[in-house]
Amino acid sequence: MRELKLMKGNEAIAEAAIRAGVDGYFGYPITPQSEVMETLMAEKPWETTGMVVLQAESEIASINMVYGGAGCGKRVMTSSSSPGVSLMQEGLTYLAGAELPCVVVNVVRGGPGLGTIQPAQSDYFQSVKGGGHGDYKLITLAPASVQEMADFVETAFDLAFKYRNPVMILSDGVIGQMMEKVELKEFKPRWTSEYIEENHPWATTGKKKDRGRNIITSVQLESSVQEAFNHKLQNKYQQVEASEVLFEEVLCEDAEYLIIAYGSSARICQKSVELAREKGIKVGMLRPITLYPFPVEQLQKYAKQVKGMLSVEMSAGQMVEDVKLAVNGAVPVEHFGRFGGAVHSPGEVVEALEQKLIGG
Amino acid sequence: MSDINTIIKPENIIYKKTDVLTDNVMHYCPGCSHGTVHKLIAEVIEEMGIQETTIGIAPVGCSVLAYNYLEIDWQEAAHGRAPALATAVKRLMPEKYVFSYQGDGDLAAIGTAETIHACNRGENIVMVFINNGIYGMTGGQMAPTTLPGMPASTCPAGRDVSHDGAPIKISELLAQLPGTCYVTRQSVHTAANVRKTKKALRKAFENQAANKGTSLVEVVSTCSSGWKMTPTKANEWMEENMFPYYPLGDMKNE
Repeated sequence: MRELKLMKGNEAIAEAAIRAGVDGYFGYPITPQSEVMETLMAEKPWETTGMVVLQAESEIASINMVYGGAGCGKRVMTSSSSPGVSLMQEGLTYLAGAELPCVVVNVVRGGPGLGTIQPAQSDYFQSVKGGGHGDYKLITLAPASVQEMADFVETAFDLAFKYRNPVMILSDGVIGQMMEKVELKEFKPRWTSEYIEENHPWATTGKKKDRGRNIITSVQLESSVQEAFNHKLQNKYQQVEASEVLFEEVLCEDAEYLIIAYGSSARICQKSVELAREKGIKVGMLRPITLYPFPVEQLQKYAKQVKGMLSVEMSAGQMVEDVKLAVNGAVPVEHFGRFGGAVHSPGEVVEALEQKLIGG
Repeated sequence: MSDINTIIKPENIIYKKTDVLTDNVMHYCPGCSHGTVHKLIAEVIEEMGIQETTIGIAPVGCSVLAYNYLEIDWQEAAHGRAPALATAVKRLMPEKYVFSYQGDGDLAAIGTAETIHACNRGENIVMVFINNGIYGMTGGQMAPTTLPGMPASTCPAGRDVSHDGAPIKISELLAQLPGTCYVTRQSVHTAANVRKTKKALRKAFENQAANKGTSLVEVVSTCSSGWKMTPTKANEWMEENMFPYYPLGDMKNE
């Protein structure tokens, strides 16, 4: 039977984690995502599924607890908002360097610095380009609804373990705080230690006599070894780019102009598309669901069809750079968005489209 | 003259390297205390029969490659974060034994927050703390535990307390926290001290078996290279200068 519930995006993350059989959550409070840990602490999953939930002393500790848990082959996660995720960048590069699977949720707020607790999408670069030091990538999922907040927890863990790579769920203060109807999945059991030992033979589960030591590390002092390891990572990212691109198309078939938007901006732009079409402007929307890997091929396809593209994001213009790289000058690409905690209206987007691309 | 092969018999063996120690050649400098402490941990693991259930957390510093020397599963942490890793490993696998192995920079400078809060939560882990008062790996810089007046490459005229603050007695601080059950300071510069340190390590792991909370074993150590002394001279200098500031013995034993 379908189980429907009215929930905040942050609450949906927590509920989905328990139901997906996640082993551990480690976090530190920060607005606008504190409901994730609050929901977990209220639900007390350690009494039911055995999930460990711990409030750490900082985001630095949280992400390193995630490292420790991931190294044991456990499904572990954390969540935070922009300033906290900045603190986690050290941990994330170590996780990528040690090839550890985990899920990190960023409910983005406006920056830079302490910024504002209002929603933003200005952590795009930090998420999709690496964020910490070294050549690495985070697989990045961008939910645009409370339902997707819930669904992407499991999707993220599947991708994390498939590629042994951290996965970022890049949300924002709108999606985290707004309430929507969610269809919840059934409870799945947590992985048994036997399952982990069989399926994740790299995990530090205690050295048995029939195998060598398992060592989780990111240090390779010999540069030729480190270079070879980097090639291995790059091959992995190529596989991710070839196989894992997700996107949604809205009224693109006859589109003469294309809006590219993700997350809450995509929800706003859905209305903008309607408004523009009422005015007789044939607009479609491409919503990247994975921000890394980015829907490059799809954009190249539309570059042959449309007269111009508008990247609409709650940032001063970050994703627009990837759109430009994808189409490589084939069509005009412009950016529009309110930022620093401000949110654009559907009408503002249509106006920007007319001014920047149509020449209104 | 007796044939050597008539002597090498199992019944004649009075000492044998524990199998928990690998045959890898250690990268440590002559006179360094790390090798001795590694051996003692390995012996305790063997004697307690917990090789298959122990997970070590290695630090950043000279012992970053500790995982090359003990035949167990290991995780190598970012600088100072070992207690956070150990926290999660132990909580997610409470049936395993977990220990962190950290130097003074790792445990008492960059990782101070992780150290204090793991101890304050009373994480049921063992923390082994090597305090040699200097940064060995990066080439002899000042540590949080460098003694007043002691020279280092970032305080070449000696630590000036009015400029750099006093060396931190982190173990005394951690002993104040209700989460710690056992905090002790030992050394490995004489045979008698080696035996005492081994006893302390054994007690620490037994505390973990008894679910008693955090056990911290500090080992005041030498760094011949960083101190620019011969190993013998370093031992003497440690006795004369380190022990008065960092007195050996139990700070807490509950």
